[in-house]
Amino acid sequence: MSRRMPFDADTRRGLSQISLPFAFSILLLAAPLALLLAMSFWTQDFLTLDRTPTIANFVEVWNSPIYRTLMLRSLKISLIVTFLTVSLAYPAAYYMSFVAPDNRKALLVFLITIPFWTSYLMRIFLWKVILGYNGVLNESLMGIGLIREPLDFILYNQFAVALTLSHAWLPFAVLPIFVVMEKVNRSYLEAAQDLGDTPFQRFRRITLPLSMPGVVAATLIVFIPTIGDYVTPKLVGGSSGLMIANMIEVQFKNANNAPLGATLALMALLLVSSVAGLFVWINRRYLKEEGAA
Amino acid sequence: MSKRILTIFMIVFVLFLYAPTLLLPIFAFNDSSIIAFPLSGFTLDWFKSLAAAVELRKAAVTSLTIAVTSAVIATILALLATSATVRYRFPGKGAMIGTIMLPMFLPEIIIGVSLLTVVLLAGLELSIYTIIMGHVLICTPFCIAILRSSFQQLDPSLEEASLDLGESRLTTFRRVTLPLIMPGVISSLLIAFTISLDEFVIAFFLSGTKPTLPVYIWSQLRFPQRIPSVMALGTLLLLLSIILLTLSELLRRRSARRLGKDMAGGAW
Repeated sequence: MSRRMPFDADTRRGLSQISLPFAFSILLLAAPLALLLAMSFWTQDFLTLDRTPTIANFVEVWNSPIYRTLMLRSLKISLIVTFLTVSLAYPAAYYMSFVAPDNRKALLVFLITIPFWTSYLMRIFLWKVILGYNGVLNESLMGIGLIREPLDFILYNQFAVALTLSHAWLPFAVLPIFVVMEKVNRSYLEAAQDLGDTPFQRFRRITLPLSMPGVVAATLIVFIPTIGDYVTPKLVGGSSGLMIANMIEVQFKNANNAPLGATLALMALLLVSSVAGLFVWINRRYLKEEGAA
Repeated sequence: MSKRILTIFMIVFVLFLYAPTLLLPIFAFNDSSIIAFPLSGFTLDWFKSLAAAVELRKAAVTSLTIAVTSAVIATILALLATSATVRYRFPGKGAMIGTIMLPMFLPEIIIGVSLLTVVLLAGLELSIYTIIMGHVLICTPFCIAILRSSFQQLDPSLEEASLDLGESRLTTFRRVTLPLIMPGVISSLLIAFTISLDEFVIAFFLSGTKPTLPVYIWSQLRFPQRIPSVMALGTLLLLLSIILLTLSELLRRRSARRLGKDMAGGAW
């Protein structure tokens, strides 16, 4: 299209079309984030906001064991969840891409997508119903006489949080891996077979490296939101399973200390970005080594 | 051999994915206020109790208003952004589209608290408008992802023909482009609607006196005697989501056929 029109007219058209959505993002995303940053350098005494810049909030977050514990726990749970989901999602995506017949693929994708979009809140809550003291699991086990007393160690801890989050994010991990696997050129596999590679060698030397971008995408898609999850720890975490998002909410609402909440939110964002960056970096190194080998 | 193991794995995987969700309809129709097996009998009482809940109806109206508005605004913004990025080259394109897509890669709580900070500092009242802003922000990237494939499959020569025949750009968009990408547009509206209807964290931080449906459900979860009604409500929402998604999926396929590109996978 651009061949017929002078280039600068196209440039103008593109810029004018994107200006509205871009302005919306600046106004409602970039500006609020900048304000959040400013807020983290202020302090609040009950209801009065003191706008003298200070790093007191950062010092408090750094020194106080509770914030450090919550931050590290969020990181730990999120990493466990990411590991679980991605390692379960990989074989599922592999089945969908390499084993399932072509006319079944669309149905499988649709089947995986549905739980994606059904009420997140209800899905998390159902795990509380399943794992609770008077929950489905306990009552049912007692009903068939397998246990006499309800098991109380299965809910309100980090295990319950990790299990529930893994289940909730599983479909999100399958799709990016599947999409990348679909792009793997099947003739490479045939060539490897003709040249005498075993199925395992073909997987390790062709499918695995070529599907790595999907694994990285899945890792990021699961890791980023789970570290800031609010609902799951609140519903199934008990006091030992609370995460950083719950503390951010407390600071903004009950404790009336929005500046400290802003600081915690920014630290969480920093943590997410640096670990996400690390994932991407490790993957680059891995792919480079595979390429050299 | 390994194929059989993978097939069994896939079956178990799908069952695990769906098992908790299946509890929703089971206990929504179960004649007991305690959520546990064995089931005690069939009842419609929990669904009937929903009809009597005034707060629930208000929350549903609030949520529908927010979801429809957010879906329309997000789709319009996404149409503009997608049209610009798919067809034109201009300076700063990567950075701009990156900023627009950024909410996809941010924990929702960050978006929630940053908007809350603005509201607090500006001394604004929390209202459904603040929630709509947050929802448009998170829906737009998904709409762009859907519309991008529609625009990419669009044959540019059809638009060129219309322009060569003397139609204006606006008329060309209305009479050529829009009808061709219509299934994508509807699919984008449906997805944004579904995301907004289901979204909890942003709504929780930004809702004032009028709670959305998920915020209402959240407030009900504290009362054990309300749980069966919540299960009934959850069943209805599940049904609604499935209908909307099936609709959106069928449209996407029709659009793929109309644009003459056979999609991977084909019919099922």
